[in-house]
Amino acid sequence: MARVLLFGPLRDLAGWREREVAAASLAELRAALSAEDAALAEALARPGVQVALNQSIVRGDAALSPAAEVAFLPPMSGG
Amino acid sequence: MIRLSDQAFDPGALLSDFCQGRAEVGAVASFTGIARAEAGATVALELEAYPGFTEAQIGKIAEQARTRFGLADLLILHRIGKIAPGEPIVFVATAASHRREAFEACDYLMDYLKSRAPFWKKEHGPGGERWIEPRAEDHADIARWE
Repeated sequence: MARVLLFGPLRDLAGWREREVAAASLAELRAALSAEDAALAEALARPGVQVALNQSIVRGDAALSPAAEVAFLPPMSGG
Repeated sequence: MIRLSDQAFDPGALLSDFCQGRAEVGAVASFTGIARAEAGATVALELEAYPGFTEAQIGKIAEQARTRFGLADLLILHRIGKIAPGEPIVFVATAASHRREAFEACDYLMDYLKSRAPFWKKEHGPGGERWIEPRAEDHADIARWE
């Protein structure tokens, strides 16, 4: 099971912040989320949304270990 | 040092502490960002971070800044959680041998924090709430250093 974390507007859109999803890759994870919430999956696929796997930014697909932490990071704004 | 805090802080006290024992440094620059009321449109800001990741990402940029500007030291303190207008939201201090490096490093670190650091900022106002994305100016600001 991958631990999925959502931040910022993605969390508000989904209505959850963190959950476990059974998936062996990022592509599988996106498909699993899409089956439940197409609007969320679409938002996660937007170009400005970065993905951190175990706290490192990844691009494209990646394999997920059983205890993987996957975070979806929408455009950032601090200060 | 890089620190996130959900508590209000006193920028003057931070700056005094940062300046202590720096007989060889020569220059300290600092910046304090303060939450704006926007003429009543903002009742509170809410800052979210990704604990661990946020500090690590800022740490990488801080190390780049140390090398690029020859900094002797730096301090970044960023608020998370709810922030009222008038409260400091971010404090950056840089120490270098000469003023130019200290000023530039402070400017660079703030440009980074505005649009590239892992924070998400929500504005609460009388008419509801909205997530704030970096403005075109914020992207242009960070691009100046690339």
